[in-house]
Amino acid sequence: MFLFVLKGLLRDRSRSFFPVLIVSAGVLVTVFLIAFMSGYLESMVRQNARFDTGHLKIVTNAYAEKLSQKPYDLGFIDSEAEFEQWKQDFPSVRWTPRIYFGALMDVPDAEGNTLEQGDVFGMAIDLWDPSAVQDIHLSEALVQGRIPQAPGEILLSEELFSKLKLELESTVTLLGSTLYGAMSFQNYIISGTVSFGVHALDRGGIVTDIKDARLFLDMEGGASEYFGFLPSGIYDDGEAQEIKREFNAKYNDEDDFAPVMLALTDQNDMGFMLRYAGFALGLITVIFILIISIVLWNAGLLNSIRRYGEFGLRLALGEHKGHLYRWLIIESLAIGVVGSLIGAALGIGVIQYFHVHGVNFAAFTQDTSMMVENVVYTTLELKNLLLGIIPGLVSTVLGAMLAGIGIFHRNTAKLFKELET
Amino acid sequence: MKKILLIILPILLFAGTIPAITAAEILSKVDENMIAKTTKSTARMIVETRRATRTMSTVSYAKGNDIAYTEYTAPAREKGTKMLKIKDDLWLYDPSTDRVIQISGNMLKQSVMGSDLSYEDFMDEVELAKTYTATLQEDTVYDERSCYVLSLAAKTDNLAYSKRVIYVDKERLVPLYQELYAKSGKKLKTMRMSKVTKIKQRWYPMQVVFKDELKSGSGTTMIIDEVSFDIKIPDYYFSKAILRK
Repeated sequence: MFLFVLKGLLRDRSRSFFPVLIVSAGVLVTVFLIAFMSGYLESMVRQNARFDTGHLKIVTNAYAEKLSQKPYDLGFIDSEAEFEQWKQDFPSVRWTPRIYFGALMDVPDAEGNTLEQGDVFGMAIDLWDPSAVQDIHLSEALVQGRIPQAPGEILLSEELFSKLKLELESTVTLLGSTLYGAMSFQNYIISGTVSFGVHALDRGGIVTDIKDARLFLDMEGGASEYFGFLPSGIYDDGEAQEIKREFNAKYNDEDDFAPVMLALTDQNDMGFMLRYAGFALGLITVIFILIISIVLWNAGLLNSIRRYGEFGLRLALGEHKGHLYRWLIIESLAIGVVGSLIGAALGIGVIQYFHVHGVNFAAFTQDTSMMVENVVYTTLELKNLLLGIIPGLVSTVLGAMLAGIGIFHRNTAKLFKELET
Repeated sequence: MKKILLIILPILLFAGTIPAITAAEILSKVDENMIAKTTKSTARMIVETRRATRTMSTVSYAKGNDIAYTEYTAPAREKGTKMLKIKDDLWLYDPSTDRVIQISGNMLKQSVMGSDLSYEDFMDEVELAKTYTATLQEDTVYDERSCYVLSLAAKTDNLAYSKRVIYVDKERLVPLYQELYAKSGKKLKTMRMSKVTKIKQRWYPMQVVFKDELKSGSGTTMIIDEVSFDIKIPDYYFSKAILRK
């Protein structure tokens, strides 16, 4: 019966062309939006995990209170033994220490006086641990020069490097404060430049080895944060929350400097963002269904007027109103299937293009501190296609159901009278 | 007799309402106490943080209120660090890197040695009578001393604090308490002066507690152990050459 209906629709293109066009366009837009949003979210989670939150993070209670300020003066000191214990307690999680700090970078002239200055945001990682280097994709981010190979070497953001017209292997001085608030000065050699594709970091970031940062900030054996990454490499909130509960039950107490574990969704409003994104995806689907339903309802009404005689004749010949109504719905389902498949096929093409080339957001992220890659790639997943196709089918059926109600308002007794005209 | 009464009575009546001293005069007297042609002092700065309490020692030389040179003498990590302010410029010298670094822009708002003072506070030691317009408020008693209360409004836009409220000891004409406000009206800092001592002809507070009202903690205490005024200080103390010396 479905094939029979489909054949009828294909032969009478005036019945199918416009609705198929609308459903295809709607499904195309929805599939692309869902794939884009999904890609955007994945980028945000990935970037936050790499640079800011980890999948899990251990900080002190006092640090957690002012987490967004990254107050390294409230971080851990002499915590190497504890860190080893935590690694033994949670061996499936890969742990790595980090220090984030702010400083003034001063470029000297030939006489050692200030020539240029710039504020920098420092990220110290264990540069001798290949996994820690890979975590932030440091090799890929390297624009020129080399990764530090000796103490006292740093990587500088390419943007700041160009702005200050510096040269590789030149010496700069960092001026900051130690953990205890004392003034701290340290000379560093710029071994290379980096661009992470994250504007917040590329504006004025430096990457240094954690041992150098400990020396600069007087944080012997310490870290401001210990990052943890789940074994799969993909964030799983359920798993992360379970590990967090176990850790905090064992180690957290009321002391200012007691360790406390945070999951990714506990930081940077990520929990809210992910919940909100789920809500937004649902909203897009509902809005799509409503708009397409209204358009198709309208198309169905126009179609009913055009097929007024046909329906009247069929009713006059004894076809039941319910049967005719169901027929219309099957017709709409056929339109929905064809339209959705065309829309999805076109969508795959568009998604595939942006999955490879991405959408460049650099112009929009210049003034934000959000951890999103400058280029966002759409995700090509079956569930995203289904999320677009299902509303395509629902909307066509809903549109036909609304338009077909008119059938029940036809008065069978007057049909021949109507058909005469 | 009636004529004499007619002349004396209004004078006696108005005498109660005319203040003995104006707000501008009070400010000038305060400046006379606080600013000397030259000043040499040794002081300790006690900084309390959530983690620890640190004490730093300094020797400072000043010419008027816009040229000053400070050298940190303890503890070991800070020893040899020097700071030179000449009008609107501020330089730091660090012996470990042998670098002279000029402090400007955003950095001026940063804390000095983790204290409640910013570099801007060092730059902002202004002559109050010249830079603020004072209005006398209702008198108060502060720290068991009878005080004038002055509300100061900045005459120009380039000051770190556009408004100040200052309690001035009536008898000794030194400030005992100050509130410093931003242009928005937000209270940024408070200063509590105590241990007012007479040194030659002037009164001078030997202890000041600075409190950054936007930070938690109990503030930074500056204790002046020794101070001498109007002494001869060689000119090179106020030149960049002193930094690397």
